[in-house]
Amino acid sequence: MAFLAIENLRKSFGEHQVVQRFDLSVERGEFISFLGPSGCGKTTTLRMIAGFETATAGTVHIDGRDVTHLQPNQRNVGMVFQSYALFPNMTAAQNVAFGLKVARKSADDIKARVADMLRLVKLPQLADRYPYQMSGGQQQRIALARALATSPQLLLLDEPLSALDAKVRVALREELKGLQRDLGITTIYVTHDQEEALSMSDRVVVMSDGRIEQLGTPFDIYNQPRTRFVASFVGTLNIVKAQVIDAGQGAIRIEGQDVKAARQLSEKNGETCSIALRPEAVSLQDPGNGCNRVKGTIEEVSFLGAIVRIKVGLGDTRIMLDRFNNPGSPPPVRGEAVTLHFAPEDVLPLEPAPPL
Amino acid sequence: MEQPLEALAGVSVAAPRRVPISWAWLGVVPFFAFALLFLLLPTAYLVIGAFQDADGHWTLANLADLWEPNIVSAYWISLEVSAASALGGATLGFMLAWAVVLGGLPRWLRPALMTFSGVASNFAGIPLAFAFLATLGRAGLVTTLLQSVFGFNLYRAGFNILSFWGLTLTYLYFQIPLMVLILTPALDGLKREWREAATILGAGPWGYWRQIVIPIIWPSLLGTTLLLFANAFGAVATAYGLTGSTLNLVTILLYAQVRGDVLHNPHLGYALALGMVVITAVSNAAYIILRTRSERWLR
Amino acid sequence: MKRNRLGPWLALALGAAYFLVPLIATLEFSLRIRRGTYSLDAYANVLSDPSFQQTFLFSTVAAVATIVAGTVLVVPTAYWIRLRLPRMRPYVEFITLLPLVIPAIVLVFGYLKLYNSSSILPMTGAAWTTNILLVCGYVTLALPYMYRAVDTGLRAIDVRSLTEAAECLGAGRVTIMTQVIFPNVRVAVMSGAFLTFAIVIGEFTFASLLDRPAFGPYLQLVGANRAYEPSALAIIAFVVTWACMGLIQVFARDPRSASLPTP
Repeated sequence: MAFLAIENLRKSFGEHQVVQRFDLSVERGEFISFLGPSGCGKTTTLRMIAGFETATAGTVHIDGRDVTHLQPNQRNVGMVFQSYALFPNMTAAQNVAFGLKVARKSADDIKARVADMLRLVKLPQLADRYPYQMSGGQQQRIALARALATSPQLLLLDEPLSALDAKVRVALREELKGLQRDLGITTIYVTHDQEEALSMSDRVVVMSDGRIEQLGTPFDIYNQPRTRFVASFVGTLNIVKAQVIDAGQGAIRIEGQDVKAARQLSEKNGETCSIALRPEAVSLQDPGNGCNRVKGTIEEVSFLGAIVRIKVGLGDTRIMLDRFNNPGSPPPVRGEAVTLHFAPEDVLPLEPAPPL
Repeated sequence: MEQPLEALAGVSVAAPRRVPISWAWLGVVPFFAFALLFLLLPTAYLVIGAFQDADGHWTLANLADLWEPNIVSAYWISLEVSAASALGGATLGFMLAWAVVLGGLPRWLRPALMTFSGVASNFAGIPLAFAFLATLGRAGLVTTLLQSVFGFNLYRAGFNILSFWGLTLTYLYFQIPLMVLILTPALDGLKREWREAATILGAGPWGYWRQIVIPIIWPSLLGTTLLLFANAFGAVATAYGLTGSTLNLVTILLYAQVRGDVLHNPHLGYALALGMVVITAVSNAAYIILRTRSERWLR
Repeated sequence: MKRNRLGPWLALALGAAYFLVPLIATLEFSLRIRRGTYSLDAYANVLSDPSFQQTFLFSTVAAVATIVAGTVLVVPTAYWIRLRLPRMRPYVEFITLLPLVIPAIVLVFGYLKLYNSSSILPMTGAAWTTNILLVCGYVTLALPYMYRAVDTGLRAIDVRSLTEAAECLGAGRVTIMTQVIFPNVRVAVMSGAFLTFAIVIGEFTFASLLDRPAFGPYLQLVGANRAYEPSALAIIAFVVTWACMGLIQVFARDPRSASLPTP
């Protein structure tokens, strides 16, 4: 039996269905991300698990207990908000102690636990500071300490890093992941940043328009996107139009050049199809036999530090490829004629785009 | 962000580099001259005059003379009316502001209430006195309705609009809206996430109120109450229009003094004015201190 | 989360009752002048009274003068403080708060003592100088609201960036003031203006003690002598105040405008 079982969860505001038939089983200690653009329903789903929104239909079970109709203060769930939501009239220590005070723990227990929590988030020196005296990153760590102080069975995080600076975000991300692993607490993390989701999660739920598009490990989601949406939302992707020559053999033609895919195509011969190609799957070097070769001209070269991103044009199509920076060999120049190489297995056919 | 004056001086167009600062000072001279002539000097004149006698010598006799029973009673009644209308206005205004901001009422009620409060808070003065006479005067609508519908004679029961309580009730008409206008933005500062965070940490509604809401807004509440107090203390027109000279308020007394030196001692009049200014200044200072304090938390 | 709505609705209902009943009562009273039936005779009497027309006109003119004088005083000052003298800001703001601290009656008392016939600056001698004194007093009363409105308006349009942008494009100081600053604060000034109008129209203390034929003293006189006309006047005063506030809201909805100052 899964630790967190969400079955057939739905939410409608009047006519508008915000969350449609959400099913998910989460094991104890797992780190799950809800990933998607604004308005896809991820925050609403999280708030239903927390109890701030009442589900229109469906159930939520935590550790075997049906919590669907319980108030948020009865679910023993911890939550970290995007805006930190620290109580401004209390010091950091008092904030962390809040849940313990409500639970009527003894003063000694509270003191010990608060000290533990502050040490856990590495901010024991801020115990007597007020929120307005702390930076965003510090406030968010105190908020985390506050949520964990009551030893909740589930930790919910609603885009906790969005309001922070880029550097702070990356540092805090790693801390969060380390903490979660050490404590072994089941965690649901809502974000629109695919890098966050991929780097932290055991499994990712990609959502769009209130629906689950795909559920899987970061590796699966990235390398085997099941829908066009997942493919384009997660990581950068080349989406290329091609003509189907032989659907059963996976033979297509891109801008007049023949290409072989390792999969069958759903379109018929002669029709146009779309294929996806990851930038890291394309290379300027020839790896040997069995790969596709297309010729094109370099249009743009972006030096991103560790990665060099090269945009190659063939006819009306653009294909981006990434390669590692090599101090020994400078990046190619604009206007150079090159040959792109990629394996047939890396050609990902996408289902036809939905009509506008 | 403060910038050095020299950097700002570079913004000016034609002034020579040597004297950029005096150009800028010229710009605010009219304002300060006006403030001096029509705000600071008149007040200073009275304040100084309170400490002088008829021959111009320094004396504290005027302040001592304030302890005459007539004047003491005037201060006392003014303080009572101001306190009563301030507390009443604060309590009722708070409930109204709370209802409209956090009570889950239809969204359109808030702008409607704010507009009406803006109007009502400026409706003080003679017309307000007329309005309440028409409502609760001897021939007023409510008075006659109570008599005809419930057989209850308001005036026989001891009520009179031309009294301390009548004036307090009338003052509430602009005190409550003032409270609503000032408190509504303060209540906006109560972020929804605080309530949610408190709830998910196990607190019930009363716990949230006790531990978070009250500590956060009590400076605003107290400060605005003091503002209301000062506001009522300095009011003249409404009292004059309603109770005339029958209710001995400090403002009415001062009015009579300005009109015709009823105290037979002009310097005593200055002392009276000084007493008023001290009381209103202290209340307003406390209001500002409390407001800065609460703003710091809610940043 | 479901919340009990009874409390808020009750508060609102009681509030509505308290605020609306006096208005209804006044209206009803004002219609009762003719025995046995409702009529607008009280309003007719009031509106045709030459005293009403004169005093209302006097107060209107005074209000307009106050608005003009106040704008001329406040706008350049606020602009200057924002742009060139930010260090003076606390002092200027303190001064603009003083009229809220010092009661009007104390101020006018000071005026009468300071500017009477036996002082350096005799202003109470002739009618026209007393009128000037009156307008100056009104400007003082309206100062907190006008300054706050204009200052908020300037803050919303980020005066410094606009001035610098205009200078980059070659504009001189006068051009900046007239074509960049004034048009953008015009809306804020309007909202301050309507509030000033509402304040001046009904003002009693200054007008009465300076002995000027303004609307406030007229109201008090009618109240002392007539029975039904005061109610009609109260309704008229309320409608005028409401119109002023309503016009402020109309301008406030303009996205270019600043937010309202709280009284």
